[in-house]
Amino acid sequence: MASLPPIDLPRGATGAGAFDALAEGGENNVLFGFLLRLGDDSLILGQRLSEWTGHAPSVEVDLSLANIALDLVGQATHFLNHAGEVEGKGRDGDALAFRRDVLDFRNCWLVEQPNGDFAQTMARQLLFSGWQKLLFQALLGSRDATVAAVAEKAVKEVTYHEELAAEWVIRLGDGTEESRRRMQDGLEWMWRFVPELFDMDPLAAFVAEHGLGADLAALRPAWDRRVRSVIEQATLRVPADQRPILGGRRGHHSEHLGHLLCTMQFLPRTYPDATW
Amino acid sequence: MYTTELQKTKAVAGTEDPDKLAAFEARVAADEFIEPKDWMPEAYRRTLTRQISQHAHSEIVGMLPEGNWITRAPSLRRKAILLAKVQDEAGHGLYLYSAAETLGTSREEMIEALHSGKAKYSTIFNYPTLTWADIGAIGWLVDGAAIMNQVPLQRTSYGPYARAMVRVCKEESFHQRQGYEIMMHLAAGTPEQKRMAQDALNRWWWPSLMMFGPPDADSPNTAQSMRWRIKRETNDELRQKFVDITVPQAEALGLSVPDPVLAWNEEKGGHDFGEIDWEEFYAVVRGEGPVAKERMKARRDAWEEGAWVREAAAAYAEKHARKAEAA
Ligand SMILES: [Fe+2]
Ligand SMILES: [Fe+2]
Repeated sequence: MASLPPIDLPRGATGAGAFDALAEGGENNVLFGFLLRLGDDSLILGQRLSEWTGHAPSVEVDLSLANIALDLVGQATHFLNHAGEVEGKGRDGDALAFRRDVLDFRNCWLVEQPNGDFAQTMARQLLFSGWQKLLFQALLGSRDATVAAVAEKAVKEVTYHEELAAEWVIRLGDGTEESRRRMQDGLEWMWRFVPELFDMDPLAAFVAEHGLGADLAALRPAWDRRVRSVIEQATLRVPADQRPILGGRRGHHSEHLGHLLCTMQFLPRTYPDATW
Repeated sequence: MYTTELQKTKAVAGTEDPDKLAAFEARVAADEFIEPKDWMPEAYRRTLTRQISQHAHSEIVGMLPEGNWITRAPSLRRKAILLAKVQDEAGHGLYLYSAAETLGTSREEMIEALHSGKAKYSTIFNYPTLTWADIGAIGWLVDGAAIMNQVPLQRTSYGPYARAMVRVCKEESFHQRQGYEIMMHLAAGTPEQKRMAQDALNRWWWPSLMMFGPPDADSPNTAQSMRWRIKRETNDELRQKFVDITVPQAEALGLSVPDPVLAWNEEKGGHDFGEIDWEEFYAVVRGEGPVAKERMKARRDAWEEGAWVREAAAAYAEKHARKAEAA
């Protein structure tokens, strides 16, 4: 698969200068770019969730959040190491995780959103894990053997993540008045980042066509059914759609990502010659 | 230690039925396990509740100094290992709260006692983690000391506690290994990394020795606890063992232990080491450790800010239990 020819993608879904255009100097190696999207999603959400450690509402919740974070860091390690091999410039997963700046990260906006309160964290988890589950199911048939193998292990993990998040969304939505208000607010905060998950930009279309990636748009109906049913069971409202916010897949992110990277990359950046 | 006696239990002498007491002591002396439904003297119950809940609190508060570095772990592998380790500690806290609950105190009551300052936790967690090397030093020294203390507790007389310790001990050796491995890497690394490693050892050495608790001469309840098999070795015995095992490990790292008096004593077959600053120890027990206020604030904040989540879960469970009943 590494021999897949680099192709010239259009500079973005919309014209040059648009926010969702490819970041200046962005790479065009399609398989590499695809693997970064997969790896960065898991890495950034794993990093976010690990911020909860020691501060969750109960020891049980602390355990489950750390567990999800651990799964995600594991997935990121596989995808990013593979990305490094595909790139062929001697970078491994650590180099990719700890030595890139914002413009070179390819995660979606949803995963870099701050944890907020526990309801906001669970809203993000439901929307994301619901999507990741469908994605990994589709990737079981990827022509890239590594992607298929990682998806096979990860699909079990993210199924559990999604179930756990769904349980909490229902419990909080149908709990007390306060938890209901917070849960609705959490969904409202995260909802505008949903369209990006299903955006079929040229890279996504290319990997889908070549049997490497999934047809993301085709995942939407199943995702909608599941998420809507959870929101209904939680006795909450499905938030209104708005103009999609795109750009994360091409290096244009929210302001939150830079701060997250500052923390995460501090040691390798401060001691560039050290290994750990 | 996580289980060192940091508070005294008031004596309730003379109130127990002497026949029951004699039978109980005979069972304990025969190394039988005491189970939750069995009769036990009130002082045994209280001492154990205090010891196990203090141990549980130590696991939970102990997540904070290491949690402080999860988001800054310097590689994907280190991040995963540290997450797994801190997750284990949360699990230890849970087993231990459950074991303590079998003695008749609820988890809420125990947590309440922690937050009000009435219950104690290990003094070691009141020191800050300043550099990545502190994560290595904690695994190596703090988990190392914990193992030393907990291995004998697998044979402690109270069944639920002993069984919790069996599960805990399985995980502790991994914790110590990952810590020592971090230290090995740093000690063989760049000059900045070596400096971090030495500085961490300098700061964590004495507090680690304090973890074993006051000298035997100042631990008046040790004899009672040993007779009841709540404790199986004295503070000084465990501390000596720890020093003898750890000093060669420091040498292997090429790091120096911050104790000018430290020397091998052929005659006793162990190391002589310097006087511990017990005034510092008692100050930390009183809540005057360098980051004691931060630790307690973090725990209280997590608990208070999470109250609405726990209330919602309870309200939901109740609502649905009612529905199920009606159906
Ligand atoms: Fe532990
Ligand atoms: Fe441990």
